[in-house]
Formats: sequence, structure tokens, C-alpha cells
Amino acid sequence: MLASRTLARGARVAAPSSQTFRRYASASPTAAFGGKKGINGKYTVTLVPGDGIGPEISQSVKDIYSAANVPIEWEEVSVTPILKGGKTVIPDAAISSVRKNTVALKGPLATPIGKGHVSLNLTLRRTFNLFANVRPCVSIKGFKTPYDDVNTVLIRENTEGEYSGIEHEIVDGVVQSIKLITWDASERVARYAFHYAQSQGRGRVTAVHKANIMKMSDGMFLSACRQVAKEFPDIHYDEDLLDRVCLQIVQNPKPYADRVMVMPNLYGDILSDMCAGLIGGLGLTPSGNIGRDASIFEAVHGSAPDIAGKGLANPTALLLSSLMMLRHMNLDSYASKIEKAALSTIAEGKSITGDLGGKASTKEYTSAIIEKLAKA
Amino acid sequence: MLRNALASAARPALQARSATTLSAGFPKVTQRQPTKYGGVYTVTLIPGDGIGNEITDSVKEIFEYVNAPIEWEQYNVSGMSSSGEELFKQAVESLRRNRVGLKGILFTPISQSGHVSWNVAMRQQLDIYASVVLCKSLPGFPTRHNNVDFAIIRENTEGEYSGLEHQSYPGVVESLKVSTRAKAERISRFAFDFALKNGRKKVTCVHKANIMKLGDGLFLNTFRKVAEEYKGAGIEFNDMIVDNTSMQLVARPSQFDVMVMPNLYGAIVSNIGAALVGGPGIVPGCNVGREYALFEPGCRHVAQDIMGTNKANPAAMILSATMMLRHLGLDNLADNIASATFDVINSGKVRTADMGGSATTSEFTGAIIKNVKL
Repeated sequence: MLASRTLARGARVAAPSSQTFRRYASASPTAAFGGKKGINGKYTVTLVPGDGIGPEISQSVKDIYSAANVPIEWEEVSVTPILKGGKTVIPDAAISSVRKNTVALKGPLATPIGKGHVSLNLTLRRTFNLFANVRPCVSIKGFKTPYDDVNTVLIRENTEGEYSGIEHEIVDGVVQSIKLITWDASERVARYAFHYAQSQGRGRVTAVHKANIMKMSDGMFLSACRQVAKEFPDIHYDEDLLDRVCLQIVQNPKPYADRVMVMPNLYGDILSDMCAGLIGGLGLTPSGNIGRDASIFEAVHGSAPDIAGKGLANPTALLLSSLMMLRHMNLDSYASKIEKAALSTIAEGKSITGDLGGKASTKEYTSAIIEKLAKA
Repeated sequence: MLRNALASAARPALQARSATTLSAGFPKVTQRQPTKYGGVYTVTLIPGDGIGNEITDSVKEIFEYVNAPIEWEQYNVSGMSSSGEELFKQAVESLRRNRVGLKGILFTPISQSGHVSWNVAMRQQLDIYASVVLCKSLPGFPTRHNNVDFAIIRENTEGEYSGLEHQSYPGVVESLKVSTRAKAERISRFAFDFALKNGRKKVTCVHKANIMKLGDGLFLNTFRKVAEEYKGAGIEFNDMIVDNTSMQLVARPSQFDVMVMPNLYGAIVSNIGAALVGGPGIVPGCNVGREYALFEPGCRHVAQDIMGTNKANPAAMILSATMMLRHLGLDNLADNIASATFDVINSGKVRTADMGGSATTSEFTGAIIKNVKL
């Protein structure tokens, strides 16, 4: 590995000035699921219930899964940081479980207050090389917002960019923050975006950028996307300015239903939350983190300590995230079945939770979905 | 100073902030007086690329009709090729002379061999540090949201637009975002002054200090310090992380009043804001510094696709031009043109395609001229 890498780098430096970089990771589709069924015919998946409302909404997902006979066995772990050698770290059991199963479902985590904590999400991201964040947003029938035709998919580079964490104060009152863009990371996320577009039947990939201003950094992101695009001749590729995308999605999100958008870290962070706002907030949006060593699907909303333990929480975001996980594991039929049951339950509006304007408890909402599953 | 006091005393109506005073009373920080000979102001005009020519023609036509005491010094700079650089420099020189300008948007190539953004270069060279964009729901033109009324104050000269980038190793690029206390302080002060002079109640700082702890942290901390000084004046303040802000904007936009932010977030927020009230064709804006003021549409799009088709909506440019008239102290004229524009939009008979109508740019301009009171 080391030798080939060095060779490849040597070759790259010698390559002509046009951006012909090496392609050592190009052979296989990025981060495809490679898990095997256990002897009981089920896949083992790590479950991190999380804090606050986490355990309640995780239970809801577990109930729905057993009702739908999904071939999944949960392995519950806690990621509550422990003290090890004077540092707070995630327990080894959690790390090794995710590493072994390569797939995990995660509830919301409370942000620990105090100094010295590295954010848990960041630790997970680094530990498992979670390089792409996938954020689909689809309008939910039965929950009215000013927008009713949203169907966007956004893929965000997750490891570098503005979030590199490299900052320094040169002199008093003058700070430089470094946005780091590498060819490798750009190519990797672009490849995943094309792969995702292909597997989910979206015919178009749009790279979102600000290369008119950041010519070198966003420029390199674009040239990585262009190069990958050549390997996917059946997927249409185009580029659009960040400004224009913001404007057009908020004016009319409909045209974005045919494509996957791929972009550097910060733009993805902002745009994915903006799209979530269009359909009613983080309580209805799933999220998946695709990595080299594992993939973690999670609810991105908070742990809502104010309603924790009261049985009022809405498990939809975690449930939808788990469906992304099923599709990642090529268990599409189960995903479609559950999705239909959940969405029609919300559309009917009889058993929906308080945040959607209903009166149902988490349990009532869950059983309504299970009832639908039984009828299907 | 005295002039400012007089000007605001003479404009009590702006407290109510009806649509016709959309751009009334933004802080006049420019200290040097604009060039004025024989009662006529000389103003630099840069139509820009795309629809620039059409929408500035519309302004020229209206100004001619109302006999505005403005003489244009026009520079047809184009960013479509780098050969226009000489003309661009002349245009900047002209701005230095006249201190006031009206401008469309110049195209910026994406390719690395292309020239840097002249829009940004102009703002940096003239140190027109504050971009003001006003997003307000227009009467008679419903969108998905109503009761939108906020002002975006954006730092215009540093941050992600520093233009400092390098490739440290093949395939590894660093782009520098520069944040300084001095610039954070002056933009924060500008925002609070703007709030004071326009009878607004709250200033929200938009940032990403949870991730960029030093850079955006400096911006946020400076903002908070400045905010303390305005507490006595009754201006509230809060801060919000940029991803949450964009989510809140599309879900509950009426919670925002004045927003202040670093450069890149301004680009994002002003586009979301424009989309909320009906698009880039109706959102005016300006860039102000201590010495110069340059007025341009608030949402900076070249609109190459409809260039030359006589379909563009000139309202944003016309309203920006009325902001310019107010800046020059020609308030009556500004009010007349602005009310005529809002009346035409409100009556709904003559509208351009972006507002769901079928009128051409010239027909829309004609309707304003018919409505304008002299």
C-alpha cells in the first residue's frame, strides 16, 4: 500500500499540468455495503439509542422492524464518553461493534457541556472515515408547509473544507481560517454522489460551488467532479453557483427533484438545513453518513430533554434514517414497505405526534404504522 | 453629523416603514460630498453584463422623464473577457472622482485562468465595506411567505472573498478566510446604526462560531461587545448559527429584523431572502463605505439567460437608484419614483415574467413613467 501510494504520487507529480491525478480508489463503487448475514439469517446492526428522547424513538423503530420482519438484529451500544488515560473517549465496545457490523443507526446525542470534549460526532466521523453526508428531503403529505413539492438529495463532503479546524491568529485581531480542499476527498465524494444517483434512479448530478470567487479550491472540487462524471456517461452532469441554487430552491424546489447535488462541507451544511426547513424541520429529515470503514445513519435533530421520557417524541426522522440504511444494505423492499406505512399514517393525520399538530403518543403513532404494515 | 440629524428629522414618515420607504434612511456614513456642478450630480454608471444594459436603460429613461439632476458617466465594462481590464480601471477611477455609482453585475469566469471577480475587486479597492440588502414582502404580490421584512447587512471586503489561495502540494489547496476585529467592529456598528435610524428593534448576528471558533468567534465576540453599547438605545440582539438561520428563514422568516454577517453567509442569506419575497428582480441593495457608495441590485445575478430579450425586471435596479437619490439628498424624487414602482407592481396589470406577468422591460418602465408624480 505504502509503496504503491508513493509510486502513484511520484507519477502524479510528473503528470502533465492538466489535472490528471491518480485514480487508485476508482475501481470499486465507493463504500458499498459488504456485510454478511449471520447464522440466523439476519444482519447485525449497531444501535446507538442516544440521549433524551433517543431511547423512546429507538424503541419505536425496533418495534416497527420486528413487525415488518426485517432481517436485522440490533446490537445496542452506548457512546457516552468515558475517561481513559485522562481523556474522554468513546467506549471501545461501541467502536468495535460499529467496525464489525459496518452499519449503525444512531439517535440524537446531547452535547456535553464543558471543556476538553471533542464533539462525539466529530470523533465518529474521524474514527470511521465518514466522508459523505447524504441528506434527502421530501415533502411529507399531511404536514403542510409553504412548499409541497420538495424532493431534494444533497451530498456533502464531510471531512475537510471550511471545517478543517485549522485556524490561527496572526496578530491581535487578525484571524486566518483555512478551507482545505483536497483532490482525493473531492473525488471520493463526487464518486459516491454519482454512485448514489445511479442506484437511486436520479439521472443528474449537480455540483454546487463558488468557484468564481474561490477559483483554486472550489475549482479543484469541480475538476474532480468533472473527471468522475466521465466515468458515468449515463448520468447528466452540470454545475451551478451556490447563490443561484439557494435562490432557485427557495423560489421553486420542484426542478431539483431529478438530481443529486454534491458540494463541499460548509455549503452542504447550510443547504441541507435549508432544505429541511422547506419540509418542516429536522424532525422529518433523515441523514446518512457514508464512510470507508462503516456507515452511520442518524436523526440530526436534538435530544429534546424537555419532552424526554414522556412518550411524546416523534420518531419519524430516525425511522426515515433507518430506511436509508436498509437501502444502503440493499434491503429496498422492506424500506419501501415501511416507508409507505409511515407516510400514509402521517398523511391520514389521525395518529400523529404533537410536533406535527396531532395528539398521539410515540406508542400510538408506532402502533398505527404497525397496523398499516399488517394490512399491506 | 448635523446633516444626518436634519435629514432624519425631516423624514418622520419613515418610522412607519411602509413599502414606499423601503430604502429610506440607511445610515449616511459617506463623509465626502459627491461631485456636484451647477446643481447636477455626476454619477458613475456601470451597466454590467447580462441584463445590465436593459435594466439601467430603464433607470436612465425614468430619470430623464423626471428630469433628475444626474449626469451619468457611463462605462460599459464587461467581465465576459479579461480584455476589459483597462476600462474597468477607468471605471474605478471615475468612482473615486464621483464617489457615487450605479452598477449592474459583472460576469466572473469560473476558470482559474480567468480574471478575479471585478465586483469583489471594486468593493475591496474602494473599501465599500457594508452591503445592505432589503427583503420586504411587496403589497399586491403574494409569495409563499408574507410579512417578510428584514435587512441584511453583509461584510463586503474580507472573509472567504479574500482571494488568497494556494496549492501547497498537487491535489491539496488551501483557501484563506481572513477575519479581522476592526472590520467586524465597523460592520457591527453599521448594523446597529442602521437599526437605530430605521426604527428597527433587533439585530441578529449570523455566524458559524461553533466550528470556526477563532474566525467567526472573533466576529461574534466583537458583535456582542458592540451590542452592549446599543443596549441603552433599546436595540435587542441575538445570534444564530448560519445553518439554523437558513432553516428558520424558509420556515419562519418574520422573526428576523436586521441581520449582520460575514461575507459568504451574506451571499447565501441574501439569495434566500430574495427568493422569499419574489426573486432577484425586486430586491434593491447598495454597498457603502466611508468614502464611496455604490448602488446595485441586492441579489447579485448576471442573468445571462434572459439577456437581450427585453424580459428582465428592472424594479431592483430602479429601487437601488432611488436609494442612490436618497443618498444624494434628493428624497422627494426618490419617493416619487419608488411609489410609482410599487403602485405598478401593486395594481398587478403590468408585470414582467418573473412576477408572473407578460410585460416587457420597456412596458414596465413605461407604466412607471405614467404613474410617477412630478
